Amino acid sequence: MAKVLIPTPLRQFADKNDSVELTGATVAEVLGALTTQFPALKKQIFTDEGKLRSFVNVYLNDEDIRYIKKDASPVAPGDTLSIVPSIAGGR
Amino acid sequence: MTTPSLTKEEILRYSRHLIMPEVGMEGQLKLKNASILLVGTGGLGAPLGMYLAAAGIGRIGLVDFDTVDATNLHRQIIHGTKDIGRKKLDSAADTIADINPNVKIEKYDVLLTSENAMEICANYDIIIDGTDNFPTRYLVNDVCVLLKKPNVYGSIFRFEGQATVFATDGGPCYRCLYPEPPPPGLVPSCAEGGVLGILPGTIGLIQATEAIKLILGVGEPLIGRLVLYDALAMRFRELKLRRNPECPVCGDNPTVTQLIDYEQFCGLPQHEGPAAAEVNEGDVDPVEVKKMLDRGDDFQLIDVREPHEYLIASIPAAKLIPLADVAKRSTELDKDKLVVMHCKMGGRSAKAVAQLKELGFTKVRNMTGGITAWSDKVDPSVPKY
Repeated sequence: MAKVLIPTPLRQFADKNDSVELTGATVAEVLGALTTQFPALKKQIFTDEGKLRSFVNVYLNDEDIRYIKKDASPVAPGDTLSIVPSIAGGR
Repeated sequence: MTTPSLTKEEILRYSRHLIMPEVGMEGQLKLKNASILLVGTGGLGAPLGMYLAAAGIGRIGLVDFDTVDATNLHRQIIHGTKDIGRKKLDSAADTIADINPNVKIEKYDVLLTSENAMEICANYDIIIDGTDNFPTRYLVNDVCVLLKKPNVYGSIFRFEGQATVFATDGGPCYRCLYPEPPPPGLVPSCAEGGVLGILPGTIGLIQATEAIKLILGVGEPLIGRLVLYDALAMRFRELKLRRNPECPVCGDNPTVTQLIDYEQFCGLPQHEGPAAAEVNEGDVDPVEVKKMLDRGDDFQLIDVREPHEYLIASIPAAKLIPLADVAKRSTELDKDKLVVMHCKMGGRSAKAVAQLKELGFTKVRNMTGGITAWSDKVDPSVPKY
């Protein structure tokens, strides 16, 4: 099981969960399990073509998956996957 | 124009700095000879301006064109109740001058744009981004990369914040982290999503800390690391940031070598043009809705806000069905009768109208301006929030 951390702006699409435990051998599999459990998240994280949106970053532990093997990055039990969307608030 | 020494008054004022070897006389003079530009004097800018002034930064530039209103005061502590209606620049400058009259304050009563940003930012050593929208954030980033000035970044949403330092030599920039902004409307602003009042204090002071460290040249700067703060869990996490060699602005072969149109880049409609004033066919004004209610017209008024918003203010005749439940609960509505939907400002109810139309409803209208317009035009006793 890997832990997926869901950021505040996306919790409304995940039944208000801040984290979920999911199974999967790669980032793609874990995110697939996530959007199967919470279908409303799919449109927020992925484009219609199934690519990660460019303002949503995914980190495996503390490393950006773009610098590992992207979707194919292997996930080990106990790993933490963070979804980090851009936020602009400041005033 | 480097200042070679501190006055007697300054030595006393900064004594708790001066007795630490990491700052000392040398460090305090660095602070005094430093200049920082604060873009925005709101949630993040407020604690930044106050603490940086207190710490003895010699020159602080402030960019803001806004005026203080009551909804600012739960977090923008540089402004007070007496300042409502004043220019934020004037209010912030007064507070800073009171904290430390040695600070030279420079006010820019403008919206930072591609036309003025290079000239304004060029006058400062460090730029601190405390704005609230994507176009300005990408603008500030690109300016900092092009001018080779550090961009001390922070952003907040509800209970969460992010902070890092972008655009240092060899370090990543904002575009390395997020190559593109989200489409308009997908990520709510503080005005739409709310923000815990004390949150910008925490994030703003992380930014202030990093600015001071950069000037003093001490410690380990927050470069190549993104700090994530979750106030509810009271947890700080750190993620690695890397410079993207293919970054369009700071990469090895940059394609963005001058400022662009950031409104367009972020998919926002241009300010001018008739489109903004266009009224959609399905819209109905609150005044008209009031007439329909008074006449006893047979229609369904649906409030698509959240239950906690309904408790702040509501229209008695309206039934609450939060936006997320509209499709699921559409069976509670009569397709043959007119449905009028409202929210706070009109944005969410427009989405609800579209959802019902997709489900085959034909008689659906959106109340323009939401309950805010209702308060303005129909019933001023309904509180605005």
